[in-house]
Parts: sequence; structure tokens; C-alpha cells
Amino acid sequence: MAIKADVQLDVKGLTCPMPIVKTKKAMNDLTDGQILEVQATDKGSKADLAAWAESIGHLYIGIIEEDDVLLHYIRKSGDSEVVEKKFEQTITNEEVIDRASNGGFILDVREEAEFTFGHIEGAKSIPLGELEERLDELDKEQEIYVICRTGKRSDLAAQKLSQKGFTKVYNVLPGMGSWNSELSKEL
Amino acid sequence: MAISKMTAAQVARKAIENHELFILDVRNKDAFEDWKIEGHKFEYLNIPYFELLDGVEGILPKLPKDKDVLVVCAKEGSSIMVAEMISEVGRNVYYLEGGMKSWSMYLEPIKVSDLTGGGELYQFVRLGKGCLSYMVISEGEATIIDAVRFTEVFTNLAKEKNVQIKHVFDTHLHADHISGGRHIAEETGATYYLPPEDAEEVVFNYTPLEDGLTVSNGASKIEIGALYSPGHTIGSTSFIVDRKYLLTGDILFIDSIGRPDLAGLAEDWVGDLRETLYRRYRELAEDLIVLPAHFMTIDELNEDGTVAKGLGDLFAENHGLNIESEEEFCHTVTDNLPPQPNAYQQIRQVNMGKVTPNNDEQTEMEIGPNRCAVR
Repeated sequence: MAIKADVQLDVKGLTCPMPIVKTKKAMNDLTDGQILEVQATDKGSKADLAAWAESIGHLYIGIIEEDDVLLHYIRKSGDSEVVEKKFEQTITNEEVIDRASNGGFILDVREEAEFTFGHIEGAKSIPLGELEERLDELDKEQEIYVICRTGKRSDLAAQKLSQKGFTKVYNVLPGMGSWNSELSKEL
Repeated sequence: MAISKMTAAQVARKAIENHELFILDVRNKDAFEDWKIEGHKFEYLNIPYFELLDGVEGILPKLPKDKDVLVVCAKEGSSIMVAEMISEVGRNVYYLEGGMKSWSMYLEPIKVSDLTGGGELYQFVRLGKGCLSYMVISEGEATIIDAVRFTEVFTNLAKEKNVQIKHVFDTHLHADHISGGRHIAEETGATYYLPPEDAEEVVFNYTPLEDGLTVSNGASKIEIGALYSPGHTIGSTSFIVDRKYLLTGDILFIDSIGRPDLAGLAEDWVGDLRETLYRRYRELAEDLIVLPAHFMTIDELNEDGTVAKGLGDLFAENHGLNIESEEEFCHTVTDNLPPQPNAYQQIRQVNMGKVTPNNDEQTEMEIGPNRCAVR
């Protein structure tokens, strides 16, 4: 299945170190939060791209192997800047499953690619950037638990929902980055 | 300043002759921790190449000026990039030609000893992977034991010595490296032997290697006798060569013993391993020289680069031969097993003839240390 990425980079046929040299260059042109798909054939890129992303602070979302092509997904990270979380109604990772089983639902506002590589079963995916135009998919009567990787995007999403008249909204902290229970994948 | 290449053969000489070398390994940290070029006097710095893309100035103070500096990566590309950067800022530097891939494949033939009637015994030391192969040569004939997949190294030595390869043995179905035995036999018309207990699933023809089988090599009939010694695999067989050398396969190493789990359950074969090491081998002459199919660390190499030690010495010093209680022995070899070798199940399939990967795929499968032992 196709995973949504903002920019594609073709490094097929190139061998180490070129996949990373090119990825580094391409990453400079992305804005924070955008997702880069790197199409590589060099098997060495598997471990190296993940390790490189981690060393820089980008989020290495995951890899798909299609025939002989490796598709890497990396999210340019701006998460390192500390932003104060403003939305006051919060709930912890531990509480959210119980609460959701009592009629609420989990809204995952990470990018589709991140969602695809691992999310809480039953969660609904609406990336933060699409939230405003997809509000009609949400029910004001239901409790909504908004989650992202670190609590930052979900904080913004929760604020937005609140401005739009949703009252039963909670930001889930610390978020998917610290999720220890089972995940479902859609690969 | 100059950038020069160093071959795996040159690095091997430095390791064997205990020369100094400063290795700047630019692979990622996991790869380096898992497996690196070993040498007694080698020093290391591991900085992944992708952390050096913006410049090498930061690491220059860590690079010695009074030693050769060798940049190493997986295949060579990144090491050339980093070596060029280092040379641009005014330092002499080497890179490893072919990277760890070529290091994993390099084989150094070393003569162990002369044999009866002008014969010779060679040990092929694969430093990067810790594999050891053997060749007995005398009067126009050769016998090969546990050949690795680089068949031309063996056939070249046979040509150089002007001998015909007659017998090719594998002590067992290997799980850590791809055997070259069958291919050498096909190429040269030699007989290929494999223990039948290990060969139930193989899809090619072989001659059964059974306990007590004896073949002779050359006119002076250097005797190569098989001794059934299960435990690493159910078919594992040792050889006694010229009544002087004990080729132990993956049953007994210099500083460790074989692990019983790569082809089945450790619990099933631990009894066999105990029986082989504590009874069958005990019945042999202690002045036999043990020649194993692997070494784990460079400390097991003798000064001339060979891996060999008296059986009596091993009875005295090898921890795995000195565990009195059977129960404790069981625990030792089943509880603390190291991680399994890379792709070991695939490698077994290749050695059974069930799959035939291309050369690159074979190289990929064999990356990393052999991990056939337990200490």
C-alpha cells in the first residue's frame, strides 16, 4: 500500500554513503513535521538511515520492502524545541484504553505514515494538518482522546477542537512515543 | 596528503604479526559492536560516517600521527569518502579495500606442519569470520576438510603444489558459513563426504562419512581417520590426520566448546556433546594437536598465525572440558548461549543444496562473527 509522504527521494542504485548524503541534503529542504520517503536499493541503508535519523533528531518512522526497493519514511523533527502544552484537560497513556472502551474514541493526529507503522487498535487517524477540514467526521457528544507522538501536535489539535465547540476533549500524555502496549500495523 | 588503499591481506599480516594499526571504523555503532577487525595491537575509534558528513575536524585530535590510520566501512564507499576528507586536511590515511565485506572473505593459508613422507598440512585462516579450513598435501594428492566457499583459494594452492584433490570432507553441516566442499568436489572430480546424520535433507549426492572411515593421501598413505563425535550437530565427525592431528570441527575449540543448538534443540544434543568431550576424546592420545574449525578471538592464534594446541593442554585449560558435574555442564551449554550466527537457518538451507543464492546474497548471509561456540 502507498504511504503518504510529502517528498520522495530516489536513491535507487546508489551505494553507501550516497543514500545518506542525498537524504541529508533533501531533508534540509523539508519543513518541520514533513515526511520524506527515501527509495533505496542499498541494503546497508537499512540500519544506517535509522541510526543517522536518530543522531540528528529526526523521527525514523519505518521501512517497507517492496520487491528489491526499500522505502524508508522519515519525519523531519521539530519536536526538540520545548513548547509549553496549553490544553488543560489531559489523560495518561495508561488511562486512555479503559476510557476509550467506555464510549469515547482515540484520535491519532500524527501523519498517516506514522499511523500506518503502528497505532492503538481502533484509533482514528486524522493528521493535524487535515483536522480543520475533517471536523464533520467527529461527534461532539463523544469523548475524544487526542494523541500524537509527544503530546505536542495533540495539544494543538485539542485546542483547535475546543475552539470549534468540542468540549469532551482530552490530550493524551506522554503519547505514542512512550506507548508500551500492543500496536496494530496496516502494512 | 595521500590516501592509499590497504588490502584485507595486508591487514591480515598486521594482525598475525602483531603490528600496530589505528582503525577508524565508520560503520554504525551496532555493526561495530557486533563485529570488527581484531588485532592485538590494533586501536579503534568508531564514528559512523554519517556523523562526519559536515567535516572531520572534530576527530582529528583523536587520530594518531605516528601510526597508520585505516578507515573501515562495510563495503568501502564511505571509508573512501571519510579518508578523502581526512587527507584534504593534511593527513596520510588508508582505507580498507572492499571494506568489511572483503575482510569477511579473506583467507590466509598457513602451513601448520610437515607430515610423514614429505607431506604438508595447511590451515586456511579466515580472520574476519573465524573459520578454519584444512588441506593435506602429499605426493600429488590433496584432501580438504571444512572448505569455505571461496573454492579458488583451495584449487589455486592445489595447482601451485601440483596436486590432485581426491577427498573433500565436511565435519558437519555448517550453520555459520557456506561450505565450498561440494563445489570443489564437482570441479575436481574428488569425492565429497558428509556425515549422513546431518545430511537427511540434502538434495545432492554425497558419500557417507561414517565412524571409522579411513582414507589415505598420497603414496606415503597419510592416514585420515574419521571419529564420530556428535554434539554440535548429530552427525559431527572429527578426523585424526597422520596420527598426530585431531581435527575437531565445531565440537572443541581452543578456548571454548561447540554449541549444541544451531540445528535443533540444545537439550537434545547436550548429552552427545558431553559424551564426545568427556569420554570419546578422553580415550585419545593427549599429545594429539587439536585443529578446530573455528576460533572466536584473536587470542586463540599462535605466534605464526595458526590455531592449534595440544589436546592435553586443552584438557588442562579449556573450561568446557573441566566441568565435573553433568548437570552444571548442561546449564553451561544451554543457559548462556550467545546470539545465533547471522542467517544461520538460511545458511543451512544453502549447505543442503535447497537454495542457491547468488554471490552477493551469500556474502550478505555470512556477514558477522561465526558464533559457533559456548564458553
